[in-house]
Amino acid sequence: MTDTIVIAEIVKGAVHPTTAELITAALALGSQPVVVVPCTDASVADGASQFSGAARILAAKSDVFSNYDAAGWASALDAVTPAGIIITSASPQSKDLAARLAARRGISVVQDVVQIEGGNLTSPIYSGKAMQTVSLSGNAVVTVRPNVFAAAASDGSTDVSVVDTTGNVATAVQEFMARASTRLDVAEANIIISGGRGMGSPANFSHLEAIADTLGAAVGASRAAVDTWDDIPHSMQVGQTGKTVNPNLYIAVGISGAIQHLAGMRSSKYIVAINKDADAPIFQHADYGIVATWEEALPILQSTLSTMMA
Amino acid sequence: MANIIVLVKQVPDTNARIVLSGDRVDLSAVKKVMSPYDEFAVETALQHRESSGGEVTAITVGGAGADKVLKDAKAIGVDNIVRIDCETPLDSNSLQSILASVISSLSAEVVYCGKSAADTGAGSTGPGLAERLGWASVSNTTSVEFGEQLSVVTPSAGGNARINVPLPAVVSCDKGNIKVRKPNVKGIMQAKKAQVDVRSVDVPASTVSVVAHSMPPAKPAGKSYQGGAAAAEVAQLLRDEANVI
Ligand SMILES: Cc1cc2nc3c(=O)[nH]c(=O)nc-3n(C[C@H](O)[C@H](O)[C@H](O)COP(=O)(O)OP(=O)(O)OC[C@H]3O[C@@H](n4cnc5c(N)ncnc54)[C@H](O)[C@@H]3O)c2cc1C
Repeated sequence: MTDTIVIAEIVKGAVHPTTAELITAALALGSQPVVVVPCTDASVADGASQFSGAARILAAKSDVFSNYDAAGWASALDAVTPAGIIITSASPQSKDLAARLAARRGISVVQDVVQIEGGNLTSPIYSGKAMQTVSLSGNAVVTVRPNVFAAAASDGSTDVSVVDTTGNVATAVQEFMARASTRLDVAEANIIISGGRGMGSPANFSHLEAIADTLGAAVGASRAAVDTWDDIPHSMQVGQTGKTVNPNLYIAVGISGAIQHLAGMRSSKYIVAINKDADAPIFQHADYGIVATWEEALPILQSTLSTMMA
Repeated sequence: MANIIVLVKQVPDTNARIVLSGDRVDLSAVKKVMSPYDEFAVETALQHRESSGGEVTAITVGGAGADKVLKDAKAIGVDNIVRIDCETPLDSNSLQSILASVISSLSAEVVYCGKSAADTGAGSTGPGLAERLGWASVSNTTSVEFGEQLSVVTPSAGGNARINVPLPAVVSCDKGNIKVRKPNVKGIMQAKKAQVDVRSVDVPASTVSVVAHSMPPAKPAGKSYQGGAAAAEVAQLLRDEANVI
């Protein structure tokens, strides 16, 4: 059996639930994983103890983990992570870490895995227009797309052992610039509602924001919206030259569904499209397609959701 | 005076239709372009040169067909163009090893690359190369300012962070607010005449091998509705059928 190691996904200082999906991926690749939790305070690792399927949990404790620095994290984790296939989330930060950690061990990294079968790993290539299946000879670091693998059950109670570690931090944070709104970023959200050129004006994004706030969702945008309106920042852009997202639910409003937009969101678990043009390509990818203007559909969506969530 | 390197990769045009021939993608009929994020890396490298003086060297890995992407970089304004000659597909370990061996011979202080290549979407090259060189790295930057150190902006939980990056460093560039310059006629003429510096290297064996390419699994046809009133039913289904809200 191949030894596997899961590096827990840490978001805002806590173990993120996607870590349970990484355990499922590890079990598909080999034995029960060692779950390594990068932390400044070992109690953070308690957040992983309920995941069933872990062989043991290692709280890797270091000041290095207070801010993300690729060199520091890779060296501090390398020092305490056993040999084997290492699995991390395919979040932007963890993909970066995975690449550095692999290079540090002189092994390869396989990014964005969405399927594991008989030891072979499949990832989307060409922005999801094709899939690539690879085999490994030897160890590797593997990143796994969120919301693809089933989460391991959370009825476990694995003991946590603590190990101190240290690493060489290369960069220094000067300042954090919090987003003006408390709404999630598209890269962090499990539900995204995005607007395109069909929204007509940036002011109309307020209708999307209202629904986002009802659902705890993020607001995204197409490139046409970002390029046309200064008020829609590039940080909201989903697609080939924006962010790649894998939410549970993606609601596309007034977006035609150009191939470069699909590149960023086609692997969403559920896709809803609202567009007045029945022939818009986005409908070919929608689980639920509504042919209507947003002016007609959004108020009804908003009021139904408000009632449901109340 | 800075010795600046930018990594560029030739990829299928993002509009291209990808087809299979047997169990491998067939790119023979596909137009190839510079990977979009690499355009931001080239622009950042040129801005770095304008700020500190020095030279920009663009590097790609590939066969003779990849010279085109170097000529494109030359037309935009880089000084030197280098192709590491290798046509075999490489895993991240082999690719980064050969890049590191060539780059360590160039006494550079900074390497820019795109945040990921449009073909694999992996984003492994920048951070992996930095680790091999023992350099700092920062990824997905949306703004870079030049000085003794670099001051960059990258996304971080809840917003953005401004980060000081000591040199030498590898920086992988996202789009941000950067506007890329277009080649001018003089640049295009110079690019035509420019010589590609071709390097041959020993290529370490790959431990990740491609088994097959395939088309993405077809999504079952979704439900479709006419008229905005259906939004109420869809909201219910999102809860009761899809279980996502
Ligand atoms: C190299 C490259 C990279 C790119 N990267 C990206 C990227 O990262 N992200 C991205 O999104 N695009 C990207 N694009 C651009 C992409 O090709 C499309 O141009 C873009 O996605 C179109 O945005 P849109 O759907 O908002 O606009 P349009 O294509 O103009 O579509 C607007 C839609 O709104 C609908 N509509 C109009 N009015 C209403 C109404 N009242 N109610 C409901 N529907 C309405 C219309 O029927 C139409 O379908 C890229 C292109 C290139 C060449």
